[in-house]
Amino acid sequence: MTRADLAHGHYLLGRPIHRLPAGVKMAAAMGGICAIVSIPRAHAPWLAAAAAALGLAAIPSRLSWKFLARRMVLVGPLAIGAALLSLFQPGGGKAFLFLVAKAVLCLFTMTLLAGTTPFAEMLRVLRTIRMPALLVTTAALMYRYLFVLSDEAGRMKRARTSRTFTPHRARSWWNSATVLGHLFIRASERAERIYTAMCARGWP
Amino acid sequence: MHIPDGFLDPRTAMATGVLAATGLGVALRQVRRSLPPRRVPLLGLSAAFVFAAQMLNFPVIGGTSGHCLGGVLTAALLGPSAAVIVLSTVLTVQCFLFADGGITALGANMFNMAMVGGVGGWAIYRLVGRLRNGLSGRLFAAMVAGWAGTVLASIACAGELATSRTIEWPVIFPTMVGIHMLIGIGEGLITTLVLAAIAQARPDLLGLAVPGPATPEPHESSRPSASPADPPWTASVFRERERPGAVIMFGLLISLGLALFVAPLACPWPDGLDKAAERLGFKDKVSETVAVRPLLPDYKIPNMRSPIVATSVAGAAGTVFVFGLAWALARALAPKPDTRPPSGTTAKLESPG
Repeated sequence: MTRADLAHGHYLLGRPIHRLPAGVKMAAAMGGICAIVSIPRAHAPWLAAAAAALGLAAIPSRLSWKFLARRMVLVGPLAIGAALLSLFQPGGGKAFLFLVAKAVLCLFTMTLLAGTTPFAEMLRVLRTIRMPALLVTTAALMYRYLFVLSDEAGRMKRARTSRTFTPHRARSWWNSATVLGHLFIRASERAERIYTAMCARGWP
Repeated sequence: MHIPDGFLDPRTAMATGVLAATGLGVALRQVRRSLPPRRVPLLGLSAAFVFAAQMLNFPVIGGTSGHCLGGVLTAALLGPSAAVIVLSTVLTVQCFLFADGGITALGANMFNMAMVGGVGGWAIYRLVGRLRNGLSGRLFAAMVAGWAGTVLASIACAGELATSRTIEWPVIFPTMVGIHMLIGIGEGLITTLVLAAIAQARPDLLGLAVPGPATPEPHESSRPSASPADPPWTASVFRERERPGAVIMFGLLISLGLALFVAPLACPWPDGLDKAAERLGFKDKVSETVAVRPLLPDYKIPNMRSPIVATSVAGAAGTVFVFGLAWALARALAPKPDTRPPSGTTAKLESPG
């Protein structure tokens, strides 16, 4: 999960599927996921149709297959781990495959949506459909400072490692916790500065 | 614990969605009333902090490593209502941006991790914190609450998966809860250590009395807004204004959710939703739309009951163990009141192990 992963595909903004309004894409993704989720097990072949439709949508998006595959590999284990449990019940083999297929298709849909739609546009859609302003502001600020803070944590951790000579396990937990504690303190101080800056720019 | 798409049946997804939306509404109303405008960016920054905290790895045995979930930590720092908003935002962004956790399961994930894990953990934190005074009480409570919050959230998650008939209760409950009893120990440890680190540098953030005559710490002199009389930010501002109404609402919602998803499975009475569906006459409709058909209509495997008993015994043993660990941690990490040097930051804490 890196910054490159997030921004991937956004350089392709001129492509047709990227140019579609974000609202349309979000509604389509939601509809698609609801449809996939509600396919009953007796009609499992419909999953193949859904997969074909998703494949067709993925081609004009011009997202690289490597990127899509990597995202699936990153998130997939969680779904598969949970689904593995269904193997421990009678008749679990088919249920397992069915669950994994559904989860992977939904995952693919969301990855496609995230790859073709900048997050700022999704936020704009959320604002248009009257999501509470406090939530949208929180999400926008979170997106803005996600990588700022995680970079900061990385720098603090590196600085700490270079000053701490004993790589003892208990020590390293304490070190990481100190990094997190100070990260929160810095975040709360940054929030203070951000508020001042927001007010200076006419935030209500 | 992020439930992916396709693991919940429509009625569970909808019920958890309604619960999560109600809880989020309560939290928004509470925060809008009590949060001064200048704290609004703090919610977004805290959400980014939780996300960054989840990226930082803590080494466990062998080459494996874990990361903190941050539910109880956020609730302890910001109070329950703000924590619900922060954690829900984190879950939503993870869902939309990283496809981590399904969009149809977003309500369930919010309910489990923000409400049961966060607010439930916070309630335990406040209750247990009364056992000891000052910082050592906070640290003691943080360890217990970090563990209990994680375990509670995993119980709710197991209940939802079992109610959806995705994975049978006798299979999912011991596995899920067993794993999370171990993860919870790590979570509790991280929560305690982070709170100890914050208390060391900025005790005012935890609403603790600042030791010594004032706060002018060496590194604070460069901070423009910091003056001893007006600390830049105090979390206690949140906590003091937390109205009991919101907490009672959260409690009701959590109990309702647990009553819907866990109680029918843990005791032999008929499923409440099933009964309601039967009485209201839409049971046939419901069972048609259930995505994954029940593999074992009524689990009648006698030897599958024993893992549940074993898990309960392990839970009791785990509780005792965690209380002991928390007591030791609180003793080791909280400085003695009389030995604490007046300047605050010069106190070097011993290694926790």
